[in-house]
Amino acid sequence: MKTFKSALSIVILTAVIIIAMAFSNTKNENAKMTGSSDIELTAAGATFPYPLYSKLFYEYNKQTGVKVNYQSIGSGGGIKQLQSKTVDFGASDAPMSDEELQTSPGAIVHIPTCLGAVVVTYNLTGNPVLALTSDVVADIFLGKITKWNDKRIQGINPGVKLPDLAISIIHRSDGSGTTYIFSDYLSKVSDSWKNKPGTGKSLDWPVGIGAKGNEGVSGLVKQTPGSIGYVELIYAIQNKMPFAKLKNKSGNFVEASLKSVSASADVSIPADARVSLTNTDAKDGYPISSFTYILVYKDQKYGTRSESQAKSTIDLIWWMIHNCKQYAEPLNYSSLPVAALKIAEANLKSVMYGNKKLL
Amino acid sequence: MPITTDQQIKGINFSEFAFRKILFISAISIVILLFCFFLTLVASSLPSINTIGIKFIYGVTWDPVSDKFGGFPFLAGTLFTSLLALIIAIPFSLSVALFLGEYFRTGLISAIFKNIVELLAAIPSVIYGFWGLFVLVPLIRSLETKIGVAPYGVGILTSSIILSIMIVPYAVSLTVQVITLVPADLKEAAYSLGATRLEVIRNIILPYTRSGIFAGILLALGRALGETMAVTMLIGNSHIVPVSIFSPGNTMASVIANEFTEATGKIYLSALIEMGLFLFLVTTIINIIGRSVIKRFSIS
Repeated sequence: MKTFKSALSIVILTAVIIIAMAFSNTKNENAKMTGSSDIELTAAGATFPYPLYSKLFYEYNKQTGVKVNYQSIGSGGGIKQLQSKTVDFGASDAPMSDEELQTSPGAIVHIPTCLGAVVVTYNLTGNPVLALTSDVVADIFLGKITKWNDKRIQGINPGVKLPDLAISIIHRSDGSGTTYIFSDYLSKVSDSWKNKPGTGKSLDWPVGIGAKGNEGVSGLVKQTPGSIGYVELIYAIQNKMPFAKLKNKSGNFVEASLKSVSASADVSIPADARVSLTNTDAKDGYPISSFTYILVYKDQKYGTRSESQAKSTIDLIWWMIHNCKQYAEPLNYSSLPVAALKIAEANLKSVMYGNKKLL
Repeated sequence: MPITTDQQIKGINFSEFAFRKILFISAISIVILLFCFFLTLVASSLPSINTIGIKFIYGVTWDPVSDKFGGFPFLAGTLFTSLLALIIAIPFSLSVALFLGEYFRTGLISAIFKNIVELLAAIPSVIYGFWGLFVLVPLIRSLETKIGVAPYGVGILTSSIILSIMIVPYAVSLTVQVITLVPADLKEAAYSLGATRLEVIRNIILPYTRSGIFAGILLALGRALGETMAVTMLIGNSHIVPVSIFSPGNTMASVIANEFTEATGKIYLSALIEMGLFLFLVTTIINIIGRSVIKRFSIS
């Protein structure tokens, strides 16, 4: 009987503790909503700019005391959270589609913050730097070119002795912005790619095996002789993996670098900043580059948000786009060219709180 | 004999009543929860069920770009890896269980072995995945190079081997328990008739514990069907119906884990949830079949 009684009291005690915790939580939230003391912002989205953003948020916190809680759950998740109004801002690698914008409860503004690039990396003895053309890349990933010493690869790389080795394709298994950018590029340069598998965050790959995340792909490429895959530039640099020079639209073979990726945005950009930079018209631009965006509601007055919270959200983003350069480049992100920065500024200035301007 | 006052009896009655209620509520909430899971899955998969229909089960194309969703490659991959893992794991788990349940029931060796086997179950599956990626994959790759198949290293065989290691403890712990429950007089009777140890195992222990062993295997199979992380890291994640043990494939749990976070389309998201429902049903069906086999096997 004693054990029963003590069991009962444990159950009751646990219940009391849980209820007490729930109460204290709501209290905290109330404090946050009134924005009395320290301002804390929440955001969610793309994993790609996460290393840069966390550095930026850290520096901003040191300077202003504003804390940002960024969850790198992926672009799709960021868009979903923004649509359900649970975050102050979202982040995405790909611009939102027309359909996504229409289903959102309010007008959303795209603020480009920096640029990233996807590189084609491979595992060949001696780590030669290969040059590839867009149709060769497409046909490799379509499974039409199966050997490394194929005439079409050897033809553009006369100085490299390519082995008689089967090409193993390694792609992303998880839905990702990286796959989106890469397939967007291939759809633009190859009609048969556009037809099947097309452009998307997850594809029905004709050949190859999938690995999870950039780190999964780079790990598997490093392990598998004769393999080829695509990763974000940073991962290739960090893992000291070779990546191909690609022939861009203007006919130049361009290596992915901070400069060539930045240069890819030297094209006319629409006012809403929603643009695909792949297969860029820019003469020295690397052809698989993309903006990464911060997404905010045009009208910041929604839910229980206070004006000061809205103001600090916009101030933070303004600070980010202007201070990106010094923090981005050591981390291998490319900064916005002047024209793109102008558009980011204009878009940010259009954000209001009710009828009040915030900037 | 202690004297109980009315007050005490009242107290006892109350705690009896409260305890019974707590037990009842806990038990019923599990049932309700399971039912709610099922309902949520069905409700959220309706858009996909309506557009794709029965083709979801036998279709072989999974193409999120053109909203074509066929789940057969994943069903095949799930069953293939789990059954192969069972085939690898059964001899090992049976041997380990006999060793721990019959030969070394007590003592230091037994305690050490039992703990180690249980520890296998406590290792997070991502660790198994990493180990597989860095140790097993190169081994399989060199094997594949030797016999002349595409040297990916990852695929059905690799994931089945890892799965088999992961499920051994589940099969072992249950089997050890049923082996130690074999009545001593049965065994002693056999020994007194001049049976050797092997004969006792073959003719007394194994027949007596059949249903328990099968239950252990079923538990292990359930674990194998739902395992996600380690398999995702090692199976190759290709949306194809696996044709050999060396070919890459994909499983139902893996495709959900891989694609759920970035699935934006309505049908796409719904198709992934339907995959979850499908997995739920497959596990249930296998469990029902298993239970009927256990019933047939058991000696009453």
